Amino acid sequence: MTRFVERYPFWSLLLLIALAILLWLVFATWPPGLEQAIGRKKVFLNAVFNGITLGGLYFLVASGFTLIFGLMRNVNLAHGSLYLFGGYLGYTVSTATGSWLLAFVVAFVVVAAVGVLMQLLVFRYMEGQDLRQTMVTLGLSIVFADLMLWVFGGDFYQVATPAWLVGPMELPFVTAVKSTGETVYLSYPKVRLIIFAGSVVIGIAMWLALHRTRIGMIVRAGVDDRDILAAMGVRIQAVFVGVFAFGAGLAGVAGVVGGTFQSLAPGEDTRFLLDSLVVVILGGMGSIPGAALGAIIVGLSEQLGSVYIPSYAIVVTFLIMVLVLALRPQGLIAAR
Amino acid sequence: MALVQNRGAARAQAFDFGEPAPWIVAVVLILLPLVSNGFFLSEIFGQTLILGVIALSLMFLAGYGGMVSLMQLTIAGVAGYMFALFGVSGSHNISLNWPWWLATPMALALATLFGTVGGALAVRTEGIYTIMITLAIGAAFYFFTNQNYALFNGHTGMNSIETPSFWGVDWRASLPFYYLTLLVAGACYFAVDYLGRAPFGLALQGVRDNPRRMAALGFHVNAHRIAAYAFAAFLAGLGGILQVWNYKQISPGSVSPDACINVLIIAVVGGVTRPVGPFIGAFIFVMLRTFALDFLREIGLDGNRFRLLIGVGFLVIVFWSPDGVIGLWERWRRSHAPARPQGGGGHG
Repeated sequence: MTRFVERYPFWSLLLLIALAILLWLVFATWPPGLEQAIGRKKVFLNAVFNGITLGGLYFLVASGFTLIFGLMRNVNLAHGSLYLFGGYLGYTVSTATGSWLLAFVVAFVVVAAVGVLMQLLVFRYMEGQDLRQTMVTLGLSIVFADLMLWVFGGDFYQVATPAWLVGPMELPFVTAVKSTGETVYLSYPKVRLIIFAGSVVIGIAMWLALHRTRIGMIVRAGVDDRDILAAMGVRIQAVFVGVFAFGAGLAGVAGVVGGTFQSLAPGEDTRFLLDSLVVVILGGMGSIPGAALGAIIVGLSEQLGSVYIPSYAIVVTFLIMVLVLALRPQGLIAAR
Repeated sequence: MALVQNRGAARAQAFDFGEPAPWIVAVVLILLPLVSNGFFLSEIFGQTLILGVIALSLMFLAGYGGMVSLMQLTIAGVAGYMFALFGVSGSHNISLNWPWWLATPMALALATLFGTVGGALAVRTEGIYTIMITLAIGAAFYFFTNQNYALFNGHTGMNSIETPSFWGVDWRASLPFYYLTLLVAGACYFAVDYLGRAPFGLALQGVRDNPRRMAALGFHVNAHRIAAYAFAAFLAGLGGILQVWNYKQISPGSVSPDACINVLIIAVVGGVTRPVGPFIGAFIFVMLRTFALDFLREIGLDGNRFRLLIGVGFLVIVFWSPDGVIGLWERWRRSHAPARPQGGGGHG
């Protein structure tokens, strides 16, 4: 951090100012002039919260994607299909048993098993041929998408939110002050906050597992140089299978989250694949903190964009990607 | 492209006038309207040639440049949308009502520009990242056309686009349109074939095989790559213009990520080692798309499982013949014609 400030004093200052403006916008009571110019503060705060919680969801999807890419150089274009599959599974389980938490467990285990099968039956035989692997994932994504369309049809599904999470939650953010002097606080859906907290916990746990455990050390060494790692006697195939299973399982969990947040339908797989791609291009391939940063940026720009410039929202996200590619092609937080 | 590098990378060969096969194909294509009806001409052969041209642009990038771009269909879509935007269409408040001879070059120029800028972004990273960046560009364009009503008319897209009609010929009628498409496709084919042997194409193949050595020799590696993107974008733009003339409408569905992936499937199934590959792939794809319904019903399956068929077929090709149908054919020829002298000058 200090090195970054020393090397780029100008950018650091700019970032700091932007951050200060953002914090002021979030915490201050907006003067009437500002409200007239860009609308009510409630709308803005809601967009920011939607963006950040959506960023949590994107992080869940993209972290598995970036982990698999970082270790195996495998661009898993079927990652969106795994997400959607997890969502459908979660929907089936939660409607059958009525248990929301069980849906997560089943989605994680089954989708991880699919990941294990993909690694064992397909990718093991084409190691080092990244393009051929990518082509295979592309073919698999088409097959998966059609199979899911076959089973679940083109309808929209939504995973039911459990009763203890339904309803709003009052947050200590002032949205407005009434003429009577009474302050109005922001109320926000409880389930989104809980899920966001969950994804933060998962993210921190992943970081700790990667940096504080032996398995994490092996995975990090594999990202740096997997040939040397294999030469040192580590059973690299087992590591590959484990990482693929974990990344796929995370995508499955994210599917349940996405099914609760939004809805599940054919086409969502492509949407989340695109988001994962943009997130890891922004953050840097193979980097977990990069995925977190990228996910928050994409979530925020998507939500703020769709509130303030609805017909060009996707362009904002895209322009950020272009800017990052132009200035820092290896990603904001590059793993290597 | 690892796929290509493993077995016999694309090597441009001089057109062999002694071979009978190309002449037969050419005569068949020219005389085709004598035996086939309008449906076959426009829906099967016209579509084959148009998709073939778009996939040819990908073949040029992937086969000669080693860059697998998933945005070639998006470039074609940009050309189509721009033609609808500048030309005459049913959306009177959007279209600018330029005549076709002005709208076409404008659309082509903008599509080429789009492809060049996209390519310039993609070459900033290495190898496998290209596929991700170009897919992101393609998917972003799809979502953009869906949500933007000012330029792209949102989900509905642009309808009843006016197509050119001059010299007393309605160029959208199946016979003139077939010959027009054939002419464009032929020109594109020979342009790629020629460029593969020209200094630029040779340098591009050098860049594909060993960028560091080419840089050391004094070639500007990224400039060659971007130029390849620009040329490929022009080809894809031509395909897009023909496509929009054929359908008279364009909507986000025409530029969906699935459609982008179809172009890759066409090129890979046909084979990216030679310019003829994409046309073979396109023919197989169009035949499957048109007749899969009946075929699947015939073998007792649900007729709607066309994409499953495509996906499985694609996987089979990627697993067993990375050079596509061309690779299969060449392997067959090699095993059946051992007497033919290698590197000989053909027939006497």
